[in-house]
Amino acid sequence: MDADLFFTLLTITGIAGAVSAVALRKKERVCATVSFGAAALSTLFGTFVAILVLTGSPMSIQLPFDTPFGHFGFALDRLGAFFLLVISVVSFAVSIYSIGYSKEYDGKYSIGLLGLLFNLFLLSMTFVVSASNAIFFLIVWEAMSLTSYLLVVYENRKEGVASSGLLYVVMTHLGTTLIMVALIMMGLYAHSYDFSAYSGVGVLMSSALKSTLFVLLFIGFGSKAGIIPLHVWLPYAHPAAPSNISALMSGVMVKTAIFMLIRTLFDFLGVTDTWWGLLVLMVASITALLGVMYALMETDIKRVLAYSTVENVGIILIGLGAAMVFESYNLDLLAGLALIATLLHVMNHAFFKTTLFMGAGSILFATHTKDMEKLGGLARRMKWTAILFFIGALSIAAIPPFNGFVSEWLIFQSLLQSYQIPDMMVKVLLPVVIAILALTGAIAAVCFVRLFGIVFLAKPRSEHAEQAKEVPKTMLVGSGIAALLCIVTGVFSFAIIPYVDQVTAPLVGASAASSIVNGFVISPTNDQFSTMSPFALVILIAIMVPLVILISKWYGGKRKTVVGDTWDCGTPLSARNQYTGTAYSNPLVRVFSYVYRPKPEVKTELTSSPYVKKKVSYAFVVVPVFEKYLYQPIATSMVTAARWISKIQAGSIQAYLAYIFITLVFLLIIFR
Amino acid sequence: MDQIYVDIVLSILQASFLLAIAPMVTGIIRKIKAYMQQRRGASIFQPYRDIAKYFHKDSVISRDTSWIFSITPYVSMAAVLIAALLVPVFVTRTLGFVGDLIVVVYLLGTVRFFTALAALDAGSAFGGMGSSREMMVSSIVEPTMLLSIFAMGLITGTTSLSSIASVLSISGINLVRPALFLASAAFLISTIAENARVPVDNPTTHLELTMIHEGMILEYSGKKLGLMELSSMTRLVLYFTILSNVFFPWGIANDLSAISIGAGLVTILVKVLFLALVIAVIESSISKLRLFRLPNLLTVSFILAVMAVMSFYIL
Repeated sequence: MDADLFFTLLTITGIAGAVSAVALRKKERVCATVSFGAAALSTLFGTFVAILVLTGSPMSIQLPFDTPFGHFGFALDRLGAFFLLVISVVSFAVSIYSIGYSKEYDGKYSIGLLGLLFNLFLLSMTFVVSASNAIFFLIVWEAMSLTSYLLVVYENRKEGVASSGLLYVVMTHLGTTLIMVALIMMGLYAHSYDFSAYSGVGVLMSSALKSTLFVLLFIGFGSKAGIIPLHVWLPYAHPAAPSNISALMSGVMVKTAIFMLIRTLFDFLGVTDTWWGLLVLMVASITALLGVMYALMETDIKRVLAYSTVENVGIILIGLGAAMVFESYNLDLLAGLALIATLLHVMNHAFFKTTLFMGAGSILFATHTKDMEKLGGLARRMKWTAILFFIGALSIAAIPPFNGFVSEWLIFQSLLQSYQIPDMMVKVLLPVVIAILALTGAIAAVCFVRLFGIVFLAKPRSEHAEQAKEVPKTMLVGSGIAALLCIVTGVFSFAIIPYVDQVTAPLVGASAASSIVNGFVISPTNDQFSTMSPFALVILIAIMVPLVILISKWYGGKRKTVVGDTWDCGTPLSARNQYTGTAYSNPLVRVFSYVYRPKPEVKTELTSSPYVKKKVSYAFVVVPVFEKYLYQPIATSMVTAARWISKIQAGSIQAYLAYIFITLVFLLIIFR
Repeated sequence: MDQIYVDIVLSILQASFLLAIAPMVTGIIRKIKAYMQQRRGASIFQPYRDIAKYFHKDSVISRDTSWIFSITPYVSMAAVLIAALLVPVFVTRTLGFVGDLIVVVYLLGTVRFFTALAALDAGSAFGGMGSSREMMVSSIVEPTMLLSIFAMGLITGTTSLSSIASVLSISGINLVRPALFLASAAFLISTIAENARVPVDNPTTHLELTMIHEGMILEYSGKKLGLMELSSMTRLVLYFTILSNVFFPWGIANDLSAISIGAGLVTILVKVLFLALVIAVIESSISKLRLFRLPNLLTVSFILAVMAVMSFYIL
């Protein structure tokens, strides 16, 4: 079968889905089924395209018209196909989930609009990874930003949504500007805006220019990916969007930025300077650690997940940074190893984060709240949602043999290989990154014990949680697909790595698969160093768990189990006696008070007697460091500057005519 | 192919050995502590009797718990046993290809993940308190363990447990570097913290405000309590074994001759008993630290581990 054909089908189905959403907008359920069904079909075609390209030859389609900037069209090599595969598979699961989830909006917001934007958003992401021309890329990149912005502000009557959207659209355009400059600059050297001409354009440039472009690209794409300190929009925008959109934005949209970073740095510019990699490593370490720390103290489920996306982008970039450092020393095999680990984590994060966001959506659907202090006891009320969410939590907490563990293990191993770097200073710096990554992983585990434990276990903390019911089947099927993939990509990672290797091999110039995978055992470049086999681990688990259960049932004979109350020291327990999310993370907030700068406020209202208190209230505030110390001063100074400039706008036409005249004279003098 | 069957048999033997001596080691620690407190103390075999007793009892389960609470004892026991299969005890041949030292640390992390969740499941404040504190401690201890492992990985050129043990035990004194001692000190502190021993936690207390581990398993009874107790005893011995065989593996058998295996058995027993003595002495001579003083101790071990890795390059 032909990849071109499927790509055309993908586009047609996507557009058909968008159009039918508008046409059928009066009949909400029909509209949801048709438009999200079309999206599912379209992403299925996308999956076919990606698999065909990954196992066969590259795809290339030219649009039948010419533009001043060269031919617009689509081209997919293995790197693009890998990202298309991740995007398509995740979007397929989310599309099915959306059929049920959109019921939440029946009669409140337009389902037609949601279906339209959803389909356009999916198409724009597909086009971003397959655009063959820099200008065309910028157009679809902008389309992706705008459709996602419109989706963020979809629930426009909710408080805070409009301002979250505004923050998002400002930050993303800041990034786009830098990307535009860098891409056009490269185009000037390549004498064409076709990406095929960009390949290797770095050799034509001076070292200083290359480094400038690197910084522009890193900031530009970094702001989309959510690196700290450019992450401020992410924890607002991702949770504000409808949950199915949050899943897509966190799961795959941020990955398009990673895709372009790999493409521009490895393919176009070529990684030559070590400090590039070190800069990426430094920013990535800060992003990972601070991301997970902020996730730990959030009580809004979706914001926890959004901050954890920041963390995982950090982990992905740690892998990428390591690959860049190795590449700059021409340690091709190790660069390959690190890049494989990076891409695996890109894929794994897409799967487990969408599982979790869909789970959060299900909670929202069933209880109408995303505040974890109002939840609890959902594991007994929404059994399947709980199990699927648990799989996502196990994966993200890097519990073996789930997929998050495999990619984290590989990133650790590639960082450990740093002893092969010839430069002493770099060698000494990399253990710090290892330490930060280890700390990040440990805190992530705390974060997800807390999230799952508070939301799903023990007694419900509100009436909404008490009356929660299991969500519709389509939603379970959608998140079930993603959860299943978390397990499959972990256990069968040994079979996936050779395909990922074919993606990275052209970029780093060395194939690493033969030295990483040996049967079903994974070993980083040489099996003397270490080996690991998730597949064998599963076999051990499959033997050991039933064995333990059987022996403990047999030994001591059959014993009764009585259901009783929780030990309450004599006073009946209520839901308010339980630990809350805030209480759970409080010890760590105190340990890391330097980062959090917590400000607990205790207010006491006294009666006439100082010994009898009328009311004691406790509030706990954490200072948003970046907002306060970085963005606030910038915003204030910009507003001041704008006020100052606005003085010349007095409103009189004569004055404006004078300005025009002065400008004209001025320009004539210069450009005479 | 025969090799792998030998490896399977050997690792099953070694894991069973650890499981078998685990309650005794706990009994010995208690006995030494009793002597130091001028008491006679219970027999060192008392923990076996306790566990047998638990298995013959009915259990009470809180009505608010979910499936997490029910599966946790089985998952923790199984995860500890799988970790035990990967650790060399008296001979350097195990199922090590399945996972290296990092996998072992993450398997033990799995035990913690499930236990902390089960603690939250009954909805009592003790469980929440224990769970929250346990995760605070572990968030600093787990990176410490990983880093000290990485230091060993750099010294011996491998993170696979069997290879670390055999490389060190064969090449001997040449590989002894400052990093080795820094890393082992960091790992010892981690062992104390992870196994709920003084000064991090007190295994004998049932005082609400001080307990961590005991608070987490407060709601368990009967067979499930037996499993939880047995798995934490096995976990303690497992840490002792890692500490002995990764940092000071001399004496471990590198071949299958009767003499070296016998010597391996004797040395591991001696090392484990020595560590039990160390723990007992520490527990008898210093008091438990206040909870918010703990991070100081744990960060010291974290810094030690970072220094271990860095000093490998510098010294």
